[in-house]
Amino acid sequence: MTTVSESAHPDACAWPGAWALLLAMVLLGGLWPVLAGPVLANPDEARWEEIRTALFGDRLPADGRDLLQLNTPYRAEDAAVVPVSIKPLADQAAGRRIQDLYLIIDMNPVPLATVFHFPGTQAWDEIATRIRVNAYSNVRAVARTEDGQLYMVVNYVKASGGCSAPSLKDPAAAAAQIGRMKLVLPERVSPGERLAAQFLIKHPNNSGLQFDQVSRQFIPADYVKHIAVSYQGQPLFTADTNISISENPSVRFGLIPAAAAGELSVQVQDSTGRAFEQTFPVVPSGG
Amino acid sequence: MRLSTPRGPLLIALCCVGLLGWRPAWADALPMTEAAPGVYLDQGVQEVAAPENQGHIANIGFIVGNERVAVIDTGGTYAEGLALRAAVRRVTDLPIAYVILTHVHPDHVLGAAAFEQDRPEFIGHANLADALARRGEHYRERALADLGEAAEGTRLVVPGSSVAGTRELDLGGRTLELRAHPTAHTNNDLSILDRQTGTWWLSDLLFVDRIPVIDGSLLGWLRELDTIDQGPALRLVPGHGGVPADRYAAVAAQRRYLQAVAAGVRAVLRRQGTIEEAVDSVGLAESGNWLLFDDYHRRNVTAAFVELEWE
Repeated sequence: MTTVSESAHPDACAWPGAWALLLAMVLLGGLWPVLAGPVLANPDEARWEEIRTALFGDRLPADGRDLLQLNTPYRAEDAAVVPVSIKPLADQAAGRRIQDLYLIIDMNPVPLATVFHFPGTQAWDEIATRIRVNAYSNVRAVARTEDGQLYMVVNYVKASGGCSAPSLKDPAAAAAQIGRMKLVLPERVSPGERLAAQFLIKHPNNSGLQFDQVSRQFIPADYVKHIAVSYQGQPLFTADTNISISENPSVRFGLIPAAAAGELSVQVQDSTGRAFEQTFPVVPSGG
Repeated sequence: MRLSTPRGPLLIALCCVGLLGWRPAWADALPMTEAAPGVYLDQGVQEVAAPENQGHIANIGFIVGNERVAVIDTGGTYAEGLALRAAVRRVTDLPIAYVILTHVHPDHVLGAAAFEQDRPEFIGHANLADALARRGEHYRERALADLGEAAEGTRLVVPGSSVAGTRELDLGGRTLELRAHPTAHTNNDLSILDRQTGTWWLSDLLFVDRIPVIDGSLLGWLRELDTIDQGPALRLVPGHGGVPADRYAAVAAQRRYLQAVAAGVRAVLRRQGTIEEAVDSVGLAESGNWLLFDDYHRRNVTAAFVELEWE
């Protein structure tokens, strides 16, 4: 960190741009091993080529429109909080079950926002989170099915206007309650009936890319990097996350409650080594 | 030395062409009005920043004492800052001792570099430097991308002085009271009270006619509106829109909007609805009451949702 802040020019703290991308790769070391792609005429296409090569090597994801649906707003209303949801269209219990799901925002400094893993055998039906999007960008969901094939869907999201920025509104407030968790369940919890649950954790998700002119230092990176959710001891999903996820990360996911009262447990790790853990009761509502 | 070489004049000529290129359409100086004796204001247009308005969408101005001048906000570009500076010079030759930046938003702070030649004290809320570190470069890039030539030369100025509570500025026979507010419109709102005329320059703590933008805390802002109503002032200067004839009515309109957003979002949250559902349904009855509703309302609902879901 120190080396970076001494050697980098303040302009490098710009959120988008190749410079910041390189810097981000250094800071987040290991996420992006090599960045060498063919130079294409369209800079957006060239960037996707770089990202695709870094993530999937020479493999080209197939058109995934029959397999999954990606929902994004037409415009990123608040650049810091853009809701995204992904819905599988095929039956997730058998056949082309999606095991890994990559969420990618081409023009962000760290384009890979998150990778969801669905390790168990339980079917999943929808997963949603919130991302930072500050430039006009393609947003992509790439699914790896259990037979190892890659499928992709792409949406274009317009940048927000005016004074919206992909950063915290109140950093002090976010830091004050770091690690506080919340699970939102519907009022009615019926055994065997799929419901949508939402998990939230207070965390500033600082990118580490923002340069403070007064201290002459970068604001240190501090973001959630791993979320693991299990129900009744069985893993539902894990998520490898980074700075393209909004502050106070949120994941909405499907859950099929058991007949008796059960427990949903969440483990979270952040980039500074903090670990947070909480168990929430999931109790069927009367009758 | 270098200018004496044959290439010198050419360099000067090129520089001048460059300068002429981004001379703003408002020519030399902003056309100021006096909101109160010695309190000069130029109202920004009620539009989204665009090449046609050159980013001049915020209210900016200055206050003149017997010995010194305080500039309040600097506009959305370096060129707008220069035009404001020229407007000061039309009124007075007194030194520009203070440049007050009311909050981090680009339409208020991006003209600040135009005043560096005056070596003023640049003053902001205690949270402003951090907010500029997080957002300033993004804003500068967006101004260059969105406004093109009009934004050329725009660069950031981080204030050297910060206010955490209150501070008085002596302009010579005239005292300004600066006040750092708790998180409301943003987490770095600073207001200026001119005691001599009872003018309270609230900047974006108050929007008139134009839809308020929630970029700090909806609940914090509602609390702050009550504080503002209790404050002693003859007139309020908003960050956007005209000086209201009835200060309480202007605050009440803004409160009504913010309360409608809060009530609507809470209703969606109670039935475990999503941000998308809230954005599509909350507060739409306010549509006819505000300029630029379609540009900012959905964003306000989003910001309110992620705040209120933790209640």
